[in-house]
Amino acid sequence: MTNIAAAAAPSTIATAATPLTRLAKGFVNRLVIIIPYLWLLFFFLVPFIIVFKISLSQTAIAMPPYTPVLDFSDGVSGFFAGFRDLNFDNYTWLTQDALYFNAYVTSLIIAGISTILTLIVGYPIAYGMARAPAAIRPTLLMLVILPFWTSFLIRVYAWIGILKPEGLLNQVLLATGLISQPLVILNTYTAIFIGIVYSYLPFMVLPLYSSLEKMDYSLVEAAQDLGCPQTSAFWKITFPLSLPGVVAGCLLVFIPAVGEFVIPDLLGGSQTLMIGKTLWNEFFSNRDWPVSSAVAVILLLVLTIPIMFFQQAQAKAQEQGK
Amino acid sequence: MIRKALLLSATSAFLTLFTITGHAEDRVVNVYNWSDYIDSSIIDDFTKKTGIKVVYDTFDSNEILETKLLAGGSGYDVVVPSANFLARQIQAGVFQKLDKSKLPNISNMWDVISERTAKYDPGNEYSVNYMWGTVGLGYNIKKVQAALGTDKIDSWDTFFNPDKLAKLKDCGVYVLDSPADVIPAALKYLGLDPNSTSPDDISKAEEALLKVRPYIRKFHSSEYINALANGDICLAIGWSGDVFQARNRAEEAKQGVEIGYSVPKEGAQMWFDQMAIPADAPHVADALEFINYMMTPEVIAKSSNYVLYANGNKASQQFVDKAILEDPSVYPDEETTKKLYTVAPYDPKTQRVITRTWTKIVTGQ
Repeated sequence: MTNIAAAAAPSTIATAATPLTRLAKGFVNRLVIIIPYLWLLFFFLVPFIIVFKISLSQTAIAMPPYTPVLDFSDGVSGFFAGFRDLNFDNYTWLTQDALYFNAYVTSLIIAGISTILTLIVGYPIAYGMARAPAAIRPTLLMLVILPFWTSFLIRVYAWIGILKPEGLLNQVLLATGLISQPLVILNTYTAIFIGIVYSYLPFMVLPLYSSLEKMDYSLVEAAQDLGCPQTSAFWKITFPLSLPGVVAGCLLVFIPAVGEFVIPDLLGGSQTLMIGKTLWNEFFSNRDWPVSSAVAVILLLVLTIPIMFFQQAQAKAQEQGK
Repeated sequence: MIRKALLLSATSAFLTLFTITGHAEDRVVNVYNWSDYIDSSIIDDFTKKTGIKVVYDTFDSNEILETKLLAGGSGYDVVVPSANFLARQIQAGVFQKLDKSKLPNISNMWDVISERTAKYDPGNEYSVNYMWGTVGLGYNIKKVQAALGTDKIDSWDTFFNPDKLAKLKDCGVYVLDSPADVIPAALKYLGLDPNSTSPDDISKAEEALLKVRPYIRKFHSSEYINALANGDICLAIGWSGDVFQARNRAEEAKQGVEIGYSVPKEGAQMWFDQMAIPADAPHVADALEFINYMMTPEVIAKSSNYVLYANGNKASQQFVDKAILEDPSVYPDEETTKKLYTVAPYDPKTQRVITRTWTKIVTGQ
């Protein structure tokens, strides 16, 4: 996003002729910068403030089910009087039961392992696509995007049919004689990993592909001409150059995987304790909107840390680019 | 409390039935009901008879409905929550009292059911029963026969006795992911009051459930329908209507899977789906007319014949198919009915204890 804004700035000013058109262009220019900020304000900051405010409230049997409700029904003074009833009790509550901590840790571990697996599966695909003849690349790209045309839920459901004890996978393995007993995969962590890797693979492949495609392959050829074996040429040249794609792909997989609810619910066993399910329980079973909001705010904080790392990495990459 | 498989809901959750009338009237009623829970010809007939257009939306979980209602301004005129959810929603001020003078058909209702729903809605002031059923044991007849040597299950002992459940482990046991339905059953099996909110009793129920936990494959509130129908599992604690759906799907699939449903002899919990009008409903008069129409004996009987649930309308029973009326798993006999129990909704503090206990049973944490 910052790249777009920065790129837009010089080009518009350069063409300005009269003071009037310069003024007009300056306005358009500023508008272009403001729009992403407005977008962030309305679709991120405002919802976040609402969630944060609810996390400081107390649960109540009412509509909506928490108190105080900050509105102007008692005038401006009533609005501000409500602030006195806000406190951090719900956050204290989260520290008192190891359940929440364990759920965060389990979610991070599952998301971390899934991200690494997705990278291992996705990299060769992206590499193959980037090295394929230019004529068939659009087709390959299309094939990666194609699964999005079917509902995500239906695709996850299809995996139940594949992984269950009498499912497709076991039938094939039994028929070929590779196994004599059906494998128990469904309702285990393995099934969750398979589900996440499958569902998020495009998010890994696309950024990897875009950074690999941009890469100047003559660098690798030069290394080989100078006697560098193919594998070390890959690790010394190709992989470091694709690092921005690796980081972007990993974040795109890791962040949604931490809060994943549907895949562990359908493919995982009941013993899987992830933060998505914990949040669901607080919100729907306990009808405790304030505590579930607190869980969500903490989750957001936990996820902000990798994003900060990413921005640092990006800044570093840009410096190196110069 | 039918919970359809997520798959179905994904394709049809927002299916809205618009019925077109010849009149250019603006009368309309927005109905929000469980998915696959009505014979759609009833809606057409209602529009033909009254000229009121029905906008029919469906949901597949009480939680979704409750969230919409608590947030306010849902725009619905008639909603159908389950009674234990309804009770809390009444306290929260979600609903308006029904104007009984506009509901002459209320005289058709069945006192046996009305008495019990009054526990959730005192005096039945806010709601009218649509359908009701039980929480019991659904099972694969052939697989249970092979594992236990009997094709008939009639007691909670089959589930709560670790020795028996261990034999069913390999063919698969599912349990509703719903503490309010399973913990009372454990209390009943232990001879305790299923309504108990005492932490001691709840921890005894926890102990009983932890003993059988190793033999339970999964806790889930909708997957068991397909799992039973496909023959993937052999036993499930489930809602009666869901198990009947599994039975019908198994029959349609013709794979030789036969599903049975048992109301355990110790007693089973009853559930009720209640029609109610939100306090901020935009078309109250039309909503009352719709609810009154749904209490017409022939109409509600048609609905029961279609969805295979018992309804709370006594006068409708002469129009209900004999096979359904005489099926004790749908309409239990008098002896069994006496043993059916209801569970009052938990206060927020008890609810927290119950949810926490449940997380411990399910995840071990």
